[in-house]
Amino acid sequence: MKDKNTKSKRIALTGGAAAAEALRQINPDVAPVYPITPQTPIIEGFAKFEADGKVDTEIITVESEHSAMSAAIGASAAGARTITATSSQGLALMNEVLYIASGTRLPILMLVSARALSAPINIHGDHSDVMGARDSGWIQIFSENAKEVYDNTIIGMKLAEKVEFPVMVIMDGFTTSHSVEILETLPDEVVEKFVGKFNPSRSLLDLDNPVTFGPVSLPDSYFEFKIEQSKAIFDAKDEYLKIVKDFASVSGRSYDIFEKYKTEDAEHIIVLMGSTVGTAKNVVDELREQGKKVGLLKIKLFRPFPYKEVAEILKNAKNVAVMDRAISFGSVPPLYSEIINSVFSFQLSVFSYVYALGGRDIFAENIESVFEDMIKGEKFEGTKYLNAKNL
Amino acid sequence: MNQDKNIFEIIFHARAGQGAKSAAEILAQAAMNEGKYIQAFPYYGPERSGAPTKTYVRISNKEIRTHEPIVDPDLSVVLDDTLLESTDVAKNITRNENLIINTKKSKEDITEVLGGFDGNLKIIDATDIAMKTVGLPASNSVILGKIIQVIGVVKLDSLKEEFRKIFEGKIGKKMTEKNILAIERGYDSL
Repeated sequence: MKDKNTKSKRIALTGGAAAAEALRQINPDVAPVYPITPQTPIIEGFAKFEADGKVDTEIITVESEHSAMSAAIGASAAGARTITATSSQGLALMNEVLYIASGTRLPILMLVSARALSAPINIHGDHSDVMGARDSGWIQIFSENAKEVYDNTIIGMKLAEKVEFPVMVIMDGFTTSHSVEILETLPDEVVEKFVGKFNPSRSLLDLDNPVTFGPVSLPDSYFEFKIEQSKAIFDAKDEYLKIVKDFASVSGRSYDIFEKYKTEDAEHIIVLMGSTVGTAKNVVDELREQGKKVGLLKIKLFRPFPYKEVAEILKNAKNVAVMDRAISFGSVPPLYSEIINSVFSFQLSVFSYVYALGGRDIFAENIESVFEDMIKGEKFEGTKYLNAKNL
Repeated sequence: MNQDKNIFEIIFHARAGQGAKSAAEILAQAAMNEGKYIQAFPYYGPERSGAPTKTYVRISNKEIRTHEPIVDPDLSVVLDDTLLESTDVAKNITRNENLIINTKKSKEDITEVLGGFDGNLKIIDATDIAMKTVGLPASNSVILGKIIQVIGVVKLDSLKEEFRKIFEGKIGKKMTEKNILAIERGYDSL
């Protein structure tokens, strides 16, 4: 590698380019990719680094996202530090193989620019694609802006290899992936040292210690595999906390499993994740200036979901509203469902809102209306749709 | 719509392929180099060459947290006057706010098309200036010069420096300097 960045740099990048910059510094061994529509600037940026000789990565171009994930599984099982990126229909096409990556405990890092799913055809920002993968056994980390995309990419790589689970680092499609924002990158050396060298505990190419990956597991053993996998992904939360603490010591930027914003004495709290959090913070500040006791809980770690910690934050609130950017057809929206599960042991009014599907605009005034509903004590059943046309 | 009035907001109206996204990013980068906070993002419609596009820029002295689209800009920039037929480019541009239009038409003609517009209208034949300086209808460079003449949101030198940084490797020194001249002509235009 040449032209190393020896200093922190304040630069303006799209969220996708911020991910690519972090990936350059991580210098993965293998990146199987299928960058076709819905394309993002992630692989575009990273492939340029590879073409310019700035990474040692072998990029494998394949014929579909299903193949990209399959190749990632092969590379990771062989002992290579492996990354890929996708979005929308591409993630949906990967679905079958996502489970193989997690069940085989392969530390693949995947950047996802979260977007809507067809039909009807739409490739705009939305959380439907990543919500479709929420039970696939991958760790899922949401990012608010380009700055967090960069940081989460570095944290996600280290976490994957530490806990031996695949990790999805998620940014909002377009709003984050294609918007130029300011971030501060770390020196190459700091990132290199932070993620360290990848030493897999077992690999196909470790000929002295032969192992089998992906064996048959019949009714006498499959059940226990899944029980252990379930326990292990919950345990990953503690490692995540350790890693973000280490990250704070090298970057000065501290993270938690979530970000609580003015929740301490808040009577009315909105829970949400992704890029709309920034807009919602402005609304909280404005309502606070009017003396209204409102706050915000931003979920970062969605899988494993931190039920107990979330309950601790919400237990003293009068009302909670959950804003989902996806629908779970025939059920309640996904984040709402997690919040209900978190607070089931105590009496709390939790209301459901869905916003910005398929890239529909979401304004501060829409978020303000959610707080106003809670402040007025308006109770309702089911889900309200923000900034949707009356049907 | 944006409640934080410390943020300066710009909308570029153009047709896909006219370089509004590049212009927006150069302006944002130049502002960042002056220590400001920025956001630059396109509004993605059904993108195809010639389709109307919108590109947004925010510039602020404070961190920008909102991710709303811009609906009440402080400045609207129009790279192609045929958009006036289909798009309300003057929307929410009120007194003391600016509307810059690249056009060969007279100010009177444009004012008539706009109807009861009460903001500041600045017209410039950026395409003509670009043909004379760059030799191509690259009106976006000229428009960049005009923008900072009108709103002074970044310094001319910062803009030129950023342009050189981004484009010298891509289009060569000679072409870059022609575009720099185009920026200067836009900046000096009446």
